[in-house]
Formats: sequence, C-alpha cells, structure tokens
Amino acid sequence: MSKVLMISPKKCIGCKTCEIVCSFGKTLAFNPKHAAVTVHDYEEVGIAVPMMCMQCEDAACIKVCPVSALSRDEEGVVSINFKKCIGCKMCISACPFGNISFDSEKKRIVKCDTCLGEPKCAEFCPSGAIEFTEATGLNIAKKKDLAQRFKEIFEEV
Amino acid sequence: MNGWVGTILRVNLSDNIVKKEALNDKWAQAFIGARGLGTKYYISEVGHDADPLSEENNLIFMTGPLTGTFSPSSGRYNVVTKGPLTGTIAASNSGGFFGPELKYAGYDGIIIEGKAKKPVYLYINDDKVEIKDATELWGKNTFITTNMLLEKYGEDYKVACIGPAGEKRVLYAGVMNDKNRAAGRTGVGAVMGYKNLKAVVVRGSKSIEVKNPEDFFKTCKDARRKLKEHPVTGTGLGQYGTEILVNIINGVGSFPTRNWKESIYDKADDTGGEALAEKYLIRNKGCFGCPIGCGRLTKLNGKYEGLGEGPEYEAAWALGADCGINDLGAICKANFICNELGMDPITLGSTIACAMEMYDRGIISEKEIGRPLKFGDAEALVELTEKIGKREGFGDIMAQGSYRMAEKYGCPELSMSVKKQEMPAYDGRGIQGIGLNYATSNRGGCHVRGYMISPEVLGVPEKLDQFETEGKAAMLKVFQDLTAVVDSLGLCLFTTFGIGLPEIAALYRTATGFDYSDEEILQMGERIWNMEKLYNLKNGFEKTDDTLPPRLLKEPISEGPAKGRVSQLDKMLEEYYKERGWDSNGIPPEEKIRELGL
Repeated sequence: MSKVLMISPKKCIGCKTCEIVCSFGKTLAFNPKHAAVTVHDYEEVGIAVPMMCMQCEDAACIKVCPVSALSRDEEGVVSINFKKCIGCKMCISACPFGNISFDSEKKRIVKCDTCLGEPKCAEFCPSGAIEFTEATGLNIAKKKDLAQRFKEIFEEV
Repeated sequence: MNGWVGTILRVNLSDNIVKKEALNDKWAQAFIGARGLGTKYYISEVGHDADPLSEENNLIFMTGPLTGTFSPSSGRYNVVTKGPLTGTIAASNSGGFFGPELKYAGYDGIIIEGKAKKPVYLYINDDKVEIKDATELWGKNTFITTNMLLEKYGEDYKVACIGPAGEKRVLYAGVMNDKNRAAGRTGVGAVMGYKNLKAVVVRGSKSIEVKNPEDFFKTCKDARRKLKEHPVTGTGLGQYGTEILVNIINGVGSFPTRNWKESIYDKADDTGGEALAEKYLIRNKGCFGCPIGCGRLTKLNGKYEGLGEGPEYEAAWALGADCGINDLGAICKANFICNELGMDPITLGSTIACAMEMYDRGIISEKEIGRPLKFGDAEALVELTEKIGKREGFGDIMAQGSYRMAEKYGCPELSMSVKKQEMPAYDGRGIQGIGLNYATSNRGGCHVRGYMISPEVLGVPEKLDQFETEGKAAMLKVFQDLTAVVDSLGLCLFTTFGIGLPEIAALYRTATGFDYSDEEILQMGERIWNMEKLYNLKNGFEKTDDTLPPRLLKEPISEGPAKGRVSQLDKMLEEYYKERGWDSNGIPPEEKIRELGL
C-alpha cells in the first residue's frame, strides 16, 4: 500500500465539500447520500469527523460478499467489480463503520475506491482535514488509532 | 436536468392542501432562481397591496440552479415575501444546509399560502409531504425546536424554523435554519409566525444533475482555486471570519458608534475577529460545500454561557459599537439569544442603540423602559434582547424596530434606518458609495444589495476613493445587478471577492446549458433589480424614500480620517437614476421595462 486517506477531525470545518464532490465522482450528479464519505459534526466539542472506507486489512466486506465482487488490488484498495456485484447489500451490513452506501437511483453500491488513486475528497477539502498521504508506519498507526476510537464510539451508539 | 430539479411545492395552510407542480421553466430561464425566481412567483400571485401579516401574503422558500451542487459556496436559498418591517419586497438569503436538502428532496422551492388554524410544521421526506401539528413545538426556541425534530426524524433531516420572536411577530424576526443560519432581515420570520408555520423539516435522497457535468466540474474547480488564492476568501475570512472587518472599517473612520453619533470606536479592538478568535472561538464552520469557511463556532462559559455561531461583523457592530458596548461576552450572548429566539441582530442592536440615545436625551425614561439605558450598558443589552424576542415590557415597543419606536415618541430622525430598516455597520458619510446603496436598496437599509465596501475599502475589483462620489453610481449599478444574479443562482455573495462575472456566468452556463453571454447574464440581474423596484413603486415608495437619515446628510463626522464628511447623496442619486436609465424621479420608463422583458 503506497498512499492512504488520512483524516484530521480537528481541522474539519463541517462543510461537506468531500461528500458533494465524492458523489459527483461516483455518479456524475450531486447527492451527498450517494457519497462514500460522510461528515459527522459534533459542534458542542468543535470536532467534525469525515468518515470513509478505511480499506481494512481484514475487510469484512470482502469476507461477506457471496459472489467475490469485492477484492483488494495491489495498492491495497478494496474495490467492487460491478460485473460481479448482485446488489445484495451484505457488504453494507457487514462494514463495521457503515462506510458503504447504496445509490438508490442507479441501483449500485457506493464505496470508496480512492478515485483510482486521486481521491477528490482530499483534493478539494478546503481545510486539509482529509489528506492523501504516504502510508508511513507513523501515520498508519495514527489512522488505526483513530479508526479504533470511531469504532468504539459507534459501537456505543 | 439542468441545475433546477423541476418541481415546486405549493402548500395552502388555510385549506390544509399540499400540491406539487412543474417549475415554470420560462420564469426560471428569465429570473434564474432563488431571489429572482421567488420574487417573480411572488409578484405574479400576490396583489401588491397585500398586508404582509395577512392571509393574502405568500411566503416563498426558493433555491437556485447552483444550490446543492459542487459550485463553491452554493448552500444558499432565499425567503421571499413582503417584509413587515419595510413594506418592500423582501428576499432574505441564508446559507447552511437546508437549501441543498430541499433540492435533494426534489423541490426547487416551496410556496406557502394562507394561514393555518393552529400551529403546524411542514414535513418533507422526498415525495412524502405532510402538514403536521406543531403544538408541542410552539413557544420553543430555534435550538430546541430543531433538536426535537431531529430527534423525532433523524439527524439526516434539515430544519428551518422560527423562534418565539417569529411567533410573536417581532417585525424583524428571521427564519433560522441549521440552528445558526438566518434568513435574517426585513422580518420574514414574522410572516411565517403569522401563518402559524413553526418549521419546515426536510430530508432528500435524490440527485441534482447539471447540463454539462464535465465542463461544470472544471468550472467549479477553477472557481475554487481562485477563491483559495484570493487574500480575502483564501485567508482573511477563513482566519477571522467577517469580524475581521471591525478594525478595518474602524481604521477608515467609518465605524458607526453610539447610534451613529460618532464614527470611530476607541474600544473596537475588544470586539473584533482577533479578540473573538482568542477568547471564544472553538472552530471555523463552513456552510454547505464552502471553501471559505467564514462561520465561527463559539462557546462561552460562566455568566454569558452559550454555544452557537457568530457573531458576524454586522451583528457584533450593532450589539457592540453602535450601543457603545465593548464587552465581547455580552455581545456574543445577545447574538446567541437572537439566534435562539430568531431575530435579526442588526435591527435589534440598532433599535437598542436608538433607545439609548432617546434615553440620553430624556425622551424615554427609566420608568417606561423598566431600567436605566445608558450607552455602554452590557447588562441592559442582554436583558432587552431577551425581552424584545418575547415582547415583554418595553421590548414590545422595541420589537417594531427603531423607526416605529422613535416615531411613537416624535423623533423618527433618531432612527438610523432607510425605508424603516436599519443600516448596517458602515458609515455612508465616510464611505460615499455604500450610502448610495443604502438609499437605493430595494429592501431598505442593507449592505448586501450592493456591497460597495469591496471597491471603496478593500480594493476589489479596483480601489475607489471612499470619499469621492464620482463613478460610484456606475459601479453601484454593476454591483447591485451582479449581486441579484449571485443571490438568484444560490451562490454566496462572498464568492464575488475572489471570482467575478466571467466565472459566475460560466457556472451558470455549464449548469443550465443556456448559452447567454456574460452581458446577458448581468442584464438578468438588472431585470431582477427593476422587477423589485417596480413592485416597490406600486406600493407607494417614491424618490423621497430613496434617502438617508438626516444625521448622515447634515451632521458631519466629528473626528478621524473621515472628519467633516457628510453624505453627498443628492449628487450621487441623480447620477444613479441616469445610470439605471430611470427618469429623474427614479421611475423606470416604458422603454426600459420593455428592454428588460418585464
């Protein structure tokens, strides 16, 4: 894996530019509900968290897919083969973060594929809260630490 | 589709009927959207003599063709009606996330007619639209109302609502969306309150499509880059918010202080963006899809405990310098109360400032107000803000704005208003062009109809001498027309610091597929401006209403860089009417009306 999407919740201003540009990348139309990234804004503590696919090493979505439509490429990105996908949505249920969604108009799974190595969310994030950076040991650890905390939060909810 | 989503929701509250109808494409093409299109619908359907607070008056929520797209800062919608504060056309513009959500639900706008028999709210989940009982919400502030609706329906809903001020028809009540964002001016919230409509709660899951997606994307990308590179939109507004202006405007000697008796505030520093960042800022806040991020998320502990957004520059000025108050905590608190009760802090602060001068002069007494009211009294500010929103005691009189209050006591000249709406935080004596804008604005005293501060102080797109009158009328006409385009597209006015007509026109063309030239698009703005003007004329407004308070025309600024200046309005106004192609009384002649296709 060369690069990963890194998030810095303290920098996020909650504008959801990532959602709108992601949906355009995936569908050529504008609809945050068809985005592979979602921002949760906790205004009372001044933190907003953009959530997107973590490209998990041990990916529940790959495991659960009954037709092997999900697979990991050599860059480490988990993506969908739409020719194989039967739209059963098991991956949506299995993802521990809720980071896979469904385009109800085009009847397609929406999942982050890092826009084939040029993620628009990071390109257009106005505050630097989402960055696409080299996956050094240090930032991978940070990312995993954050992911773990989100997981705990969402398990509590 | 082509930016618009093609459906208008028509809600008749008297008959309890909801209808969906096709968007009038011809009107959308000629009047763009939001402010322009909403106004076209409004004047075509409501008689000009309708009382703002009557069943005949409609309340329109309208988005633009760029609202909810990737265009930078496109989170905006307009609330259009006849303003109860001014009696003029009112198009009140707000950001946040509500406007885009309405479009995702499949509606370009909502036209609300009639009056409900009891409090109701409008529930929209895509195609499902219902008028629901709002008994439980009535009386609740905007934060509680929003939270109750989000708890009931889910966090992916967006809420626009009124607070107690709208319910009690404070004449400058606003419509609040996403808690802190306001369609704030001219009293659109009082109209909503009159209709017994507490809130609109909306969730949408549909897509917005544009005509040429690839070209549109490139245009958006280019516009975003320019906004990032421009010092105002890329650095200044993000760093300190609109409050960055406090020291700038004070520095050019045009920061109205103590009800415009002075134009420099020696304690301005205490109330500016720098102080706000140091003391109370938690984080910047961006509206939908905005790369500027001027919003301030602020939190106060202790005596003035609260959490919310702001204050914006004009609010901090009205609640601060205009009242001679430098206690930033009290200013923030009063601003929070305005958001929670749903009121315009510009008119509110200015009304308190006017009352302070009346108290100073012995026109109103401690007994009438229920407390002393000297300039600089921060506690009075917070207490009266609350009382106005609830229309308690003297707050009931102040709830009508400074003009009606001062008129009642025989001193209307002490109201710093135009067409009964208070002018904001820039002195038209020290900055000549903004004074001309106040006098000619179609919704009364207002800075965002033609923001002449941009050329006269900030030097965008070119620097004009703030004291000069020459050339101001011509520049103002362009600013007013371009602003009408920007407001109608669903774009934030702040984008115009970093991008101009060519970029804005390109966004419009690639989204809609219409092949209008830049000039033709600017002329649409002129069409919208003239449509608003003609509506006001029908309502009896005359040349004598295109004026400024006597203080600005006769009392020179007492000290500082603008010392000795008064507004030279007469000279500029004559030039302005000529630039607009109107006659010497400010009336558009037949040929102008025809030329604009009105």
